[in-house]
Amino acid sequence: MKILKSFGYLLGLPLILLTWWWLATSGAPNFFVPTPAKLVTTFIETWFGERMLTDVLPSIMRLVVGVLAAIVLGIVLGLAVGLNRTLRAVTEPVFEFFRALPPPVLVPVLMLLVGINDGMKVAVIISGCIWPVLLNTIEGVRSIDPVQNETSRSYGITGFSRIRYQILPSATPTIMAGVRQALSIGLILMVISEMFASSSGLGFTIVQFQRSFAVPEMWSGIVVLGLIGVALSFIFQWVQRRVLRWYHGLKEVENAV
Amino acid sequence: MTQMTEPSTRAAVKAKASRAPSKGLPKWVLGLIGIVVFLGFWELMPALGVVQAKYLPPASEVIAALATDLGLTAFWVAVGDTMLAWAIGLAIAVAAALVLGLVIGMSPFLRRFTNSTIEFLRPIPSVALIPLAVLLFGIKIESSLLLIVYACFWQVLIQVLYGVADVDNVAMQTARSYGFSYAQRVRDVVFPTMLPYLMTGVRLAASVALILAITAELLIGSPGLGKEIALAQSGGAISGMYALILATGFLGVAINGVTRVVEKRVLSWHPSVRGEATA
Repeated sequence: MKILKSFGYLLGLPLILLTWWWLATSGAPNFFVPTPAKLVTTFIETWFGERMLTDVLPSIMRLVVGVLAAIVLGIVLGLAVGLNRTLRAVTEPVFEFFRALPPPVLVPVLMLLVGINDGMKVAVIISGCIWPVLLNTIEGVRSIDPVQNETSRSYGITGFSRIRYQILPSATPTIMAGVRQALSIGLILMVISEMFASSSGLGFTIVQFQRSFAVPEMWSGIVVLGLIGVALSFIFQWVQRRVLRWYHGLKEVENAV
Repeated sequence: MTQMTEPSTRAAVKAKASRAPSKGLPKWVLGLIGIVVFLGFWELMPALGVVQAKYLPPASEVIAALATDLGLTAFWVAVGDTMLAWAIGLAIAVAAALVLGLVIGMSPFLRRFTNSTIEFLRPIPSVALIPLAVLLFGIKIESSLLLIVYACFWQVLIQVLYGVADVDNVAMQTARSYGFSYAQRVRDVVFPTMLPYLMTGVRLAASVALILAITAELLIGSPGLGKEIALAQSGGAISGMYALILATGFLGVAINGVTRVVEKRVLSWHPSVRGEATA
């Protein structure tokens, strides 16, 4: 009974919305909105074929490479800058400017500097995603409890093992918040770089459908992007739960007291 | 013995802490040095032939182009268009998210009932809606608004839901037993608790709204700075393009600064009240 009830909560609203959509489109055909059945068949026809290999997977590859590179670079640079007070003060205004710069304007710049190729798209993703990771790493390193720092110094923990066992773990909650922002920026930039200058990829294909007024195909493309977004958010939550298990446990104990 | 050494170590620590900043230059000077180094690096890159000046003009040329832009009416019209889409989109998103968030958040049933749908719709990237916006509105400002409202709505809604969930149960029950109406409960109990969360949501949404306003202009061609950037790029006015990009960055910095000040103003009462309540 209890399972049934939570099932109802989970699927109730989606089912109501689907029925409403189905009822609204089943009467007079609407040019802008396809029926659910039409969308499902178009979705399967359009994406589960050659296009999976030529457009979807390359796009996802570029996204993964770009985001991972941005995370690694952001954390390494963030550690270097965050651990040095002078460097932090020197770089702060410049970094703040780059964080405030809307990342999509980097697309035309990198188009000029790198040319129109895969490298440009990955470069766009890296140069947009690195700022939230970098700035959150700096902030995470800066706000480490001084007692912790003193303790590791008195125990003679220095260099790499200090970074590995003291600094990285205490900065991780802040870094993860930055990674979360980086993921959604990365997805946006993947689509934009392909819409702006490309002859393949998800963004390009969807715009192509829209220009040729292939409306159900266009909607199916929107669904693909939505599914990627949802999948990314699930993967992130799973990773975060694993990486920060100790942190959430600690918070629970603190909150209980 | 310990009594003796303790103050002295503390004094030593204090001395060290106060010595560290005075040893170097003040923070703003260091920041200024950073900016100068960055600009110098930018100036030298094309001069030394690391990149072609055709693709990355030296900083001095771009700053000069920006200075010329600042005197042009067309530039300010573009800034106005961008800021108009930003403001309207943000206002619609905040109003809708606030009302829906309060209604959903205050009813445990609605909260559970809508949870799966919200969690599914939220991660959908708003740029996925670009083709739809073009199809429905073409290059009018409504295209930008559709993207901005969609992206900002979720940012604010989630924060409002967190905020409403944070309301103190005892305060709520007290209000109920004193016969507060629904509207009074919202105004006097829920709203003050939720306000810091709402402000966080608005601050995040304000920068997201700028990103999407520029994106829509860049890709769809609705009027504004983004469209000017695309035009400058395709027209080969490269230093003009970099000048406009600098301008969007300064807009971003200004928006961040203003929202931070507003947040501080609006919540100036908050930490003090909290402090008293816990003490």
